[in-house]
Amino acid sequence: MWTLIHKFGSPPWFYRFATTAIRWLLPIVLVALVVGCVWGLLYAPPDFRQGNSYRIIYIHVPAAVVALAGYYVMAFAGLVSLVWKIKMADTAMRAVAPVGAALTFIALVTGSIWGKPTWGAWWVWDARITSMLILLFLYLGVVALFEAYENQEVAAKACAVLSLVGTVNIPIIYKSVDWWYSLHQPASIKFTGESAIDASMLYPLLLNIGVFYALFALVVMMNMRAALLERHGKAAWLREVLG
Amino acid sequence: MNSLLFFLMVVTLFPLGLGPDPAVLGDLAPGILWVVALLSALTVSGRLFSADFEDGSLEQLAVSGHPLGLCAMAEVLAHWCLSGLTLVLVSPVFALMLNMPTSAIPALMLSLAIGTLCLSLFGGIGAALTVGVRRGALLLSLLLIPLTVPVLIFGTSAVSEAALGYDSTRWLALMAALAIMGLILAPLAMAAGLRISLEN
Repeated sequence: MWTLIHKFGSPPWFYRFATTAIRWLLPIVLVALVVGCVWGLLYAPPDFRQGNSYRIIYIHVPAAVVALAGYYVMAFAGLVSLVWKIKMADTAMRAVAPVGAALTFIALVTGSIWGKPTWGAWWVWDARITSMLILLFLYLGVVALFEAYENQEVAAKACAVLSLVGTVNIPIIYKSVDWWYSLHQPASIKFTGESAIDASMLYPLLLNIGVFYALFALVVMMNMRAALLERHGKAAWLREVLG
Repeated sequence: MNSLLFFLMVVTLFPLGLGPDPAVLGDLAPGILWVVALLSALTVSGRLFSADFEDGSLEQLAVSGHPLGLCAMAEVLAHWCLSGLTLVLVSPVFALMLNMPTSAIPALMLSLAIGTLCLSLFGGIGAALTVGVRRGALLLSLLLIPLTVPVLIFGTSAVSEAALGYDSTRWLALMAALAIMGLILAPLAMAAGLRISLEN
């Protein structure tokens, strides 16, 4: 198993792996995405309280879940890069940051669109929404720090430190925003309670969450391939692969 | 002296923007004072290591054999004494200007003392990572704001609850926990950040 992990550290091996994975998995994942969205948007039953406006959950929740997970992927890549000094981990970290930021943004926007008919407001300073906004700032901070340094290796080290500092802070931030909200909870906002979600609505949601995870992995691999092309443009192994 | 003037001017801006109604100002005073503390910490942190970086003494410190983390901590604590502690000492004046209930002033001073320490420590980490970077000040603000949100929340909660007459010890305890965590981890993070910046 360790040999497999070490193989991921080799640019030529990873490039070939990523190319094959993308070629075979991307069509499947895209089909699954269409299936999940059509199922959720058209075939799942309408909600008792929200009617049809809840359907954006099939985009909103997967995006939010993967955005949160993605930060830990990025932080873990940073840890691997700092501790074991594996360069592919740098590339992975750099690839994940903008994807995570985009997913957080999608989650916030779809949530806002969902909030308008449900809560009557485009934006509310609710605990989870505020935490997601701060997660967006954390991601954008990492992206900005990468751009700020000229030397790529030094940039990667700085971003690894920043991601790790952010990781320590994420539970603290989440909890503090939770407490802040429970102190200042405005009386006019009513939440649709965390009712047990029916199976007919749950399955397309789970499918979409899985699809978003897979899409995340594929997009990150595409980004990493692009980064490898940029960095090793004139290497012999690359010229061989490209033909 | 400059930082005191900065505090005074920003505290003056808020009533000008929000209206002079004392009741409104009194309600908002904890938040206003804490945002002022945060803004001043952001501006001060940008200048923490830049002077030493420019004239090369930071490199000398790094290779001198003394633990870089402790040198950085000394720098951060010195800056805290000049920025955060002065804010603590003049905060009662601002609290009176903003019509905050006087019962909350001890909580205000204590929360600012612990909180500005946290802000200086986090600011030091951010400054260490961005010291050699062009337009680093803006980047620093972007990096620091998510990290300092808990401090802001705990600080304003402590003062608001004290203003309402409740006991604010738990918020102060949480902030003290953050400060202790910062005191232990910040030297490591700052040393790593400074070495990274010097490599650039």
